[in-house]
Amino acid sequence: MAIITVGEYPLNMMDSVDKFHGNQLVYVGWDNHRLINSAMTFPLPPEMPFGALVSEVMPSCYKDHPDFEKVNFEDGSVLWSLNGESFTPDFSKSLIENGVDHKSLIRFDTPNLKGLNGVGM
Amino acid sequence: MTMNTQKRKKRLNMKDKYKHMTRLGWDTTYQDMDDVFPKDKFEGIVIHDWEGWEDPFRMTMDSYWKYQGEKDKKLYAIIDAFAQNNGQKNITDARYVSALKLFLTGVSPLEYQAHRGFADIARNFRGDGPRVACQMQAIDELRHVQTQVHTLSHYNKYFNGFSEFAHWHDRVWYLSVPKSFFDDARTAGPFEFMIAIGFSFEYVLTNLLFVPFMSGAAFNGDMATVTFGFSAQSDEARHMTLGLQAIKFLLEQDPANVPIVQGWIDKWTWRGYKVLGLVSMMMDYMLPESPQSWKEAWELYFEENTIALFKDLERYGITVPDCAATVSAEKDHLSHQIWMTFYTHAAAAPFHTWLPDEKKMDWLSEKYPDTFDKYYRPVYEHWGKLEKEGKRYYSEMLPQLCQTCQIPMLYTEVEAGKPTQIAHRQTKFNSERFHFCSDHCKDIFENEPEKYVQSWLPVHQIFQGNCGGSTLPEVLKWYKVEFGQDNLDYVGSPDQKMWKEWKGEE
Repeated sequence: MAIITVGEYPLNMMDSVDKFHGNQLVYVGWDNHRLINSAMTFPLPPEMPFGALVSEVMPSCYKDHPDFEKVNFEDGSVLWSLNGESFTPDFSKSLIENGVDHKSLIRFDTPNLKGLNGVGM
Repeated sequence: MTMNTQKRKKRLNMKDKYKHMTRLGWDTTYQDMDDVFPKDKFEGIVIHDWEGWEDPFRMTMDSYWKYQGEKDKKLYAIIDAFAQNNGQKNITDARYVSALKLFLTGVSPLEYQAHRGFADIARNFRGDGPRVACQMQAIDELRHVQTQVHTLSHYNKYFNGFSEFAHWHDRVWYLSVPKSFFDDARTAGPFEFMIAIGFSFEYVLTNLLFVPFMSGAAFNGDMATVTFGFSAQSDEARHMTLGLQAIKFLLEQDPANVPIVQGWIDKWTWRGYKVLGLVSMMMDYMLPESPQSWKEAWELYFEENTIALFKDLERYGITVPDCAATVSAEKDHLSHQIWMTFYTHAAAAPFHTWLPDEKKMDWLSEKYPDTFDKYYRPVYEHWGKLEKEGKRYYSEMLPQLCQTCQIPMLYTEVEAGKPTQIAHRQTKFNSERFHFCSDHCKDIFENEPEKYVQSWLPVHQIFQGNCGGSTLPEVLKWYKVEFGQDNLDYVGSPDQKMWKEWKGEE
């Protein structure tokens, strides 16, 4: 549905990618690890390798969870989703080549790690 | 002829007086009425007879001034007495003052927004009955913001976190939640504003906003705040009655109004609930002595009282808002999830947070037997351990925000039985992705995407470079939040230091 208005209503895309100085926004969330309160927002160059997101960006946030040091990103135990669809990232390719575009949500799931108290916190 | 021969005219009775003093409109002849009142038709609401509006209070301006004047006299006498007796030293604990900081930054500016909004719709309705009623409510709301600012200004003499409340309301990240709530209402048409604020907020949710703050004040020895609460409460009763009258008026005028009104009730009950998340954490965590848990308040004021109201409106074809089930499902989790978020992002907020002590955690276990010990106590114990090691946890990252309610995406799939899994919804509009905390916020966006693409999301604004810079000190400077004074944990704060001195503990 469209908005009902009196007169013209200009479209004002407040967060279009051109406003982020060459970066795009990427959100990253960790499933069932609620100690980290929400997915976090990162302004990143679209050309950044996916591997750099994992090794350089994500620890800045997820180091705060005691499970994080136990996550093994190499052995295939981490399940990834991109905008709600499961996917297998290529760590050597860039975000954009992996299909991670502006305001994409990346979630990772570590089914073997159960969070605080073993209940997903 | 003497002075006595002319008999003094009899006074008008109340009914005639009300009519003469409120029905001041006329049908214009030089200008088309639709040009004079250009905003009361486009929303699709059909009004056949504006005279069908009945004011249950029959309030006229002369009696209004008299009542309000008397209430102000009492209020200011008590505020003076509170100041002279150093009432700020008699509260239960200085942590309590953070609840007042939240009120002044998050709620009082909404009173002002309500004032502006009601003044605007008082201009835009062509019926003079509702115009006068809205005008009086506009004045009430202005009085509320003034009395609140005056009352809390006493705390500003001693405590941090009050000084820049208006500036903060416009800039600080979490205050975009209440601010955008009212911006949304005030940029809607006059009828939607009336349902949004006059009905959904004033009638359905006000008991969950004011009563908890005022009973919290009473339980924690803050007589000044209790008094402005009482002073506003009789106005609130009138506003509630007007909100109810407004909805009945719209529903009785034309059956075509029913689905439009239902859509607004669904939207604004949800929007209001999201703002009340701030109240939930205030009730359960910020009050040293809590009279009632959030869950108990929700059960009493919504699940009992408001559901009874909706039963009353069933005869018009109105049903309980579709979000009620979600809210009820979330009541065991809401306050904990919100407090966790503020605890971790406390570096960027102008009030203090802290870990609940053992006594508080036991109270929370008792009030939330199904969730607190299982999910949330372990979190506080983990953070408590870090605190003991001198590593109080502050998140360095910026959260993802919901496009509609603007709250960090902290809500979980409670309704689906997965209380530790963050809920994510997304949609595309004009080739761009948009993210939501819930189906309800997504629905609201999809009904009017052109409106919500304009959300001023604090996190995105920081990354666009519009908030003073990209580092925390730069953003705090732009916020006018003094680092180490207004923000961070209560433990170690200047507020705590002063309190301990007052109590002879240091």
